[in-house]
Amino acid sequence: MNGLLVLPIAIPLITATLALLFRKNSFLQRLIGVTGMAALLVSVLFIFRDVHTDGIQVLQLGNWAAPFGITLVADMLAMLMLGITAIMGVVVAIYSIYDIDRERERFGYYPLLNILIMGVNGSFLTGDIFNLYVWFEVMLIASFTLLALGNSKNQLQGALKYVFINLFSSLMFLFGVAMLYGMTGSLNMADLALRLPEVENTGLVTTVAMIFMVSFGIKAAVFPLFFWLPASYHTPPVAISAIFGGLLTKVGVYALIRVFTLLFVNDTGYTHTILLWVGGFTMVIGVLGAASHMEFRKILSFHIVSQIGYMIMGLAFNTAMGVMGAIFYVLHNILAKSNLFLISGIAQRLLGTFELKKMGGLYRHYPFLAVLFLISAFALAGFPPLSGFWAKLSLVKAGLSIEQYVITGVAILVGLLTLFSMTKIWLSAFWGKVPDEVPDHFGKQPLFGAGSLYILMIPVMIIAGLIILIGLNAQPLLEFCMTAAEQLLNPSVYIEAVLGPQ
Amino acid sequence: MDTLLPIIAGAIFATGIYLLLRRSLILTIIGIILISNSVNLALFSLGRISSENPPLIAAGSLEPMAPFANPLPQALILTAIVIGFGLLAFALALAYRSYRELGTVDQDELLQDAEDTSAAILPKNGSKEGGNA
Amino acid sequence: MKSLILHTATRLMIGVLILFSLFLFFRGHDEPGGGFIGGLVGAGAFTLYAIAFGTEATRKVLRIDPITLIALGLLSLVVSGLIPMFLNEPFLTGKWLFIEWGAMETKLSTPLLFDIGVYLCVVGFIVTVIFSLEEE
Repeated sequence: MNGLLVLPIAIPLITATLALLFRKNSFLQRLIGVTGMAALLVSVLFIFRDVHTDGIQVLQLGNWAAPFGITLVADMLAMLMLGITAIMGVVVAIYSIYDIDRERERFGYYPLLNILIMGVNGSFLTGDIFNLYVWFEVMLIASFTLLALGNSKNQLQGALKYVFINLFSSLMFLFGVAMLYGMTGSLNMADLALRLPEVENTGLVTTVAMIFMVSFGIKAAVFPLFFWLPASYHTPPVAISAIFGGLLTKVGVYALIRVFTLLFVNDTGYTHTILLWVGGFTMVIGVLGAASHMEFRKILSFHIVSQIGYMIMGLAFNTAMGVMGAIFYVLHNILAKSNLFLISGIAQRLLGTFELKKMGGLYRHYPFLAVLFLISAFALAGFPPLSGFWAKLSLVKAGLSIEQYVITGVAILVGLLTLFSMTKIWLSAFWGKVPDEVPDHFGKQPLFGAGSLYILMIPVMIIAGLIILIGLNAQPLLEFCMTAAEQLLNPSVYIEAVLGPQ
Repeated sequence: MDTLLPIIAGAIFATGIYLLLRRSLILTIIGIILISNSVNLALFSLGRISSENPPLIAAGSLEPMAPFANPLPQALILTAIVIGFGLLAFALALAYRSYRELGTVDQDELLQDAEDTSAAILPKNGSKEGGNA
Repeated sequence: MKSLILHTATRLMIGVLILFSLFLFFRGHDEPGGGFIGGLVGAGAFTLYAIAFGTEATRKVLRIDPITLIALGLLSLVVSGLIPMFLNEPFLTGKWLFIEWGAMETKLSTPLLFDIGVYLCVVGFIVTVIFSLEEE
């Protein structure tokens, strides 16, 4: 029992409530927003310490023993995800101070952001499959509203696609949960892991596994279910794009990792082969989509899809090395991808557009911004000594060690193509000539000091710093990811932590 | 009941899928509502239906009279219905807003490619100081 | 909507509906009922009023902004969950307080506080939705 476990859910809820009460005062809202996220980060660090020293931590909500009540479980994977969520929360809250307008603040931007984070944290912590569904819905309703907030034409268009496909995927998820309940009579994931191997009709278990794969696949935006993502993620304000692009799809990936290491491991020859194909296609199709677009945020959106492929590939290898690589990739990707989104927002503020053809001259006038972009872009493509290198290296090593040469080759090739489309952004927005029509302040507005964009720069610098830090000193994080992977591939530890010694 | 309910659930699901594929936004929403209900029905029938005592504890006793029905599926469905209700309220409001903004409920017309996306973002820092953007 | 029948009926009904919603709410303590269903009926009362007299008048009758109602409801939910934590028990554990009034006994509990939160959230949410749709 560890009472702290409820804090990552309770703190955003309290923050949301306070922000909602003071929704007319934008200064207080911003203060509450940033403080709440910082408090969340601190609480996560405390739990992380416990998990690191004492292993998996468990909390039975309302004192109802598992498998009857709802259990919160913090294993290493959940903690790493919570940690990155809290970091993203802090930087996005800071970025929002400048990026989000008064209108959106009055309509409840900060409460919604916190509810979103609460949903994400709940999904990571819960040990109950129906509760996971509930947290997904909490996250969804907040994300729907954040996406549609503002009501401009293309926001509505993006929101329509996003809302309907995600509603459908939630219903698939619920149906899968119903099937699981019908087969085993339990909803607690640890209990399910014990009971599923005893189900006689193994074909049915595999069918349910596929239902879950489709449902989470839609959320994670894997091939061939990704089409809604590039159609919607480039429409809201940049702060929202960043948290969506960085975090939300990764919750789908987390759910896939969780159920395909804990629950559906009876027929890995079938399910994990499909995952491998899905991962491969996702990588290739995503990066090709990125290569064919000329809008800053659309390119980034297609890259999200492409990068998801790597994570799925790591999961599909189903070895400690592969899963570790996948987890490391998730963490690194959240940082790099969000940072690129945040930088795109700064570029848009300077140049007034996201269209690469109308951008240019950023390198000449804002060399520091260009350096920050290079760090994130190279990290994404996997250059040493940045975080992405270690992520790709461990995945490639994992692939070679189980002799999956083809997909490993594809992964390396996709890395090159990633670099190609990053170069495209670099060539036009940064190296390109200053376009004929630029806003008056272009080249004059400094990045720091009075009248500058320094509030937008702080988060970008924090993340770039983290990317370099992870790149130069990857060992601790790699070890954490290894612990997480070992816990995942040895579910008995998880089961024992939840249900007690068997 | 054990065979009838799954069949009904399946039929409703199929109807929902059919409506989901139509071009009108309103029909799509109705499709989602139908699928949501069929999933709830499936959840209900997968929880096993039995005619036993209600799982309520009578005054003075400590446990319900055995054999009592399983209350969990109903609790799950209630949760699912409440969530579905919230989401559908949002979907309807969104559809209405889209209709007002774009003047049509035909999805082909609704989802035609938008113009320059940067127009969606409120320009510059003006909104901060300027108050009402 | 301008209709004499609707106006008169609404004036009569709103009090009854709110009383009924409170009845359902308190009944939920030991019997079927509770915060959610009570909140729905309560929201129904204000929705009826909004249909009959418009949203402006309803805002005046409601006195509190519905969004503030949601916030207060959430606050009450969080507090009910946090109380047991201060008593060193897991989040959301039910805690009871029995107060004797001579022959009568009042039972106060964190589930009650939780239910109040649910009630407020439901009323606030539905009324907010109705208002924003009406005020289009």
